[in-house]
Amino acid sequence: IFGHVASDWITATRLPLASLGLKTSQSRSRGAIISQYYNKTMKLRRDRQSRPAVRDFSRSARPSIRCHGMEADTPDSWDMEETKRERLVNNLQNLSVGDRERMIRGMPLSLKEKELCLLSLAEKKGIGPGLCSGCCYQLPAGVVSALRHSWYSCLSFLHSLHLWQMPLKRVSSRFGTGVLSYFLFLKTLFLFNIFLVLITGVFLVIPQALHPPTPPANWSSFSGLELLTGAGYFSDSLMYYGYYSNYTLHRNGSSSSRLDLSYNMPLAYFFTIGMAFFITCMILVYSMSKSFGQSFMIDKSHSILAIKAFSSWDFKVIKESSVKLMSENICTQLKELLAEVNQNNVSSTALQKCGRLMVHGLAWTICTAGTAGCAMSIYLFSDYIRAGTGAQGRLQKEASLLALPVLVSLINLLLPGLFNLASWFENYHSPSVRTYVSISRNLLSKVSVLCVLCYHWLGRICWESYVGQELYRFLIIDFIFTLLDTLCGELLWRFFSDKVLKKRRRPGFDIAKNVLDLIYGQTLAWLGVLFTPLLPAMQILKLLLLFYIKMSSVMMNCQAPRRPYRVTQMTTIFISLLCFPSFIGAAVCVTYTMWSTKPSVSCGPFRGLNKMIQAGKIWMKQLEEENPNLSVLARAYAYLVENPLFLFMGAGIFLIVIYFHSEVVDGERKIINILQEQIENEGEDKKFLITELQSVHEQKRISRKRVAHQVSL
Amino acid sequence: MGTTASQLGKADLSEYQELTFLTKQEILLAHKRFTELLPKEEKNSTNARVPMTKILTLPELKSNPFKERICLVFSTTNPNDGSFSFDDFLDFLSAFSDSATLEIKSHYAFRIFDFDNDGTLSCGDLEKLVDCLTYESEDSRLTTEEMRQLITNILEESDIDKDGTVNLSEFQHVISRSPDFVSSFKIVL
Repeated sequence: IFGHVASDWITATRLPLASLGLKTSQSRSRGAIISQYYNKTMKLRRDRQSRPAVRDFSRSARPSIRCHGMEADTPDSWDMEETKRERLVNNLQNLSVGDRERMIRGMPLSLKEKELCLLSLAEKKGIGPGLCSGCCYQLPAGVVSALRHSWYSCLSFLHSLHLWQMPLKRVSSRFGTGVLSYFLFLKTLFLFNIFLVLITGVFLVIPQALHPPTPPANWSSFSGLELLTGAGYFSDSLMYYGYYSNYTLHRNGSSSSRLDLSYNMPLAYFFTIGMAFFITCMILVYSMSKSFGQSFMIDKSHSILAIKAFSSWDFKVIKESSVKLMSENICTQLKELLAEVNQNNVSSTALQKCGRLMVHGLAWTICTAGTAGCAMSIYLFSDYIRAGTGAQGRLQKEASLLALPVLVSLINLLLPGLFNLASWFENYHSPSVRTYVSISRNLLSKVSVLCVLCYHWLGRICWESYVGQELYRFLIIDFIFTLLDTLCGELLWRFFSDKVLKKRRRPGFDIAKNVLDLIYGQTLAWLGVLFTPLLPAMQILKLLLLFYIKMSSVMMNCQAPRRPYRVTQMTTIFISLLCFPSFIGAAVCVTYTMWSTKPSVSCGPFRGLNKMIQAGKIWMKQLEEENPNLSVLARAYAYLVENPLFLFMGAGIFLIVIYFHSEVVDGERKIINILQEQIENEGEDKKFLITELQSVHEQKRISRKRVAHQVSL
Repeated sequence: MGTTASQLGKADLSEYQELTFLTKQEILLAHKRFTELLPKEEKNSTNARVPMTKILTLPELKSNPFKERICLVFSTTNPNDGSFSFDDFLDFLSAFSDSATLEIKSHYAFRIFDFDNDGTLSCGDLEKLVDCLTYESEDSRLTTEEMRQLITNILEESDIDKDGTVNLSEFQHVISRSPDFVSSFKIVL
């Protein structure tokens, strides 16, 4: 290849090395793209069939010589392109339908060219154009394509629901993807709760509503305070656990006695809650792993500036003032990164390091002490409330029930302020470290508050309903405090900064704090499903109101965040927080309650049993007695559900899979480093060869001149 | 295909769905917005093209510094005048849609950033790119020295074969390490 053409170039023009077209680049010309995808389909076919043996690979380790054809940069003649397309279509034909569709969609060619490919494909198959053929002899493919069509129509239906599409677009066009991620998170939680409401509604609420039990003697009348406290009129209603019957409900058919439908309420309660948690767990783990896969970077980036230059422009932002702001932000960030990268790291002296460590230690001590103090105060206050009521009017008694939720919400509001102050003192260098520290401190405080509350709730008469009521109260008061915080934090602050401080800068929308608040509310809802089957419905109402209130507040009062916000990483962290402490914690509490605590004797669907899971056991025994053939099922149930060994084995397998994947990732990281070195070495080799060629040609030219000169003499 | 008749045929719709990453609703909305841009006499003709000046009036593109490059990259006219047919418009929306793959997005991003259309990102391209990113900020633009240093650093970080330019593979390699690229390279009608 370094033949005449190269020599002419070298001698005639003496071009710099970089501009000689000897690159293994895959250019954007059509022929090159078709060749590239031909190779891809070839590889896909090979991978799908069998692994080629290692000895079939050529000995050379160089990527360019091994088995990749060099896709040339020059545009092809029409015939060349035709043959390339023929070969590509040949390969596409032999792929499965799903692969073919994905390959065609993924080709960066214009629609016209994809159409040409389709036409050639159809000609080869001898049927009308279109990817999916309905031919009867391809029954499996036909079934697959029918399924795919129904899946598309399902997706289209979901999209056509247009849930909040316009508001979300307005937010993203003004504030960018960061603030949008908060509202998307809210939408996710909303969908989770709808799912919970559907399940509990269909299996628990509606059957019980159709067969109300006998009302108790002292049934109080409705007064407005019930909406806040959840007690009083509501305490013996469908809302709470205590209302549900512990016997099998029978439906007496009016016309014929054949219609004797029975509905085993305790069993239904137990299995519904179990199923709801199990399915939610599956969905959460799946979305967490998908999000983690998207945000995980194999190669911890050395290329911060390049990434910033190539991927920091948010194309979703449309409004002109926001575009200006984004432009300014990017400029500032580029300057900061440039300064950071190019300065020699001034290593701080030992004294400075010591000083910094002391400041960090002090800040952490203050935060932990604050958290512990608040937890202790909640514990003491709850004891005080429980102990001293004395002779009070009924309304006053109910209002005193609100005292604990108000205290907890106040603590949830004020503690983060303390944490912000501490981190302001600490003055972290990197914003991401600051965010992580703030998130972990907030998490710690909320988890400790919830633990103290869980401890406080056990041990009362008909404690399940009481816990349900408490959770209802907590949810409502938390919502009220969020409203107040939005009003004061954002609206009033904006007036203050406009009128008093006369600054144009508006408060930024604190994404992390708001998302943590959402996670906290959802934890309460999950904790409460067992005790209050209608609590997800309350949560749905709350999320709906919160969406519109936050949306209007953001539009009116805030501006886009100034600091760079790593959307994908943060979203992964939030989904993981939702899964790991929030959902798993709630699931562990509920499981512990079902497995070990004795349900109260006087109310609820499990009264009379020693533990809630006995409902399942009793049903299994009944089944076995009635039909001995089902003893296999009973034994399977006994081993799977009740034996902790199964759980341990499952967790062990899960951990092994994670370890395996992390080792694979490690290996891939090493391969990437080695390949980068190889490419660099190839570049050096090329430069060396070209300079050698140049010098050889120079010598030849000089010797030819000398010979010609001698001949002419 | 290539229709801009007032109603999209069902066969066309399903074919578009299979060839692009757009859903049915998105294709119908795109068709509606496209016909709004056409002058009255062309509204029912097939293969109508919308000139670049009209495309640049779309609110999604109006304030975008890369709007001219987007028009030139996705247009399939020869010589390239930046006008869009409906197919080109769908190509554009498909590349910027929610479900497009990283590979498609990085391919088109590379073509958009390649201001001189030579198949690689040279120093001139990178300089124009940084100018586009920062042009709106009047008082805090980068100085010449900072620009030079920035471009040297970018080349150092992304040019693996050390030929002084960033080609498509190197660009895709850098992009694959940035998880935020996919979420920021999106336009929704």
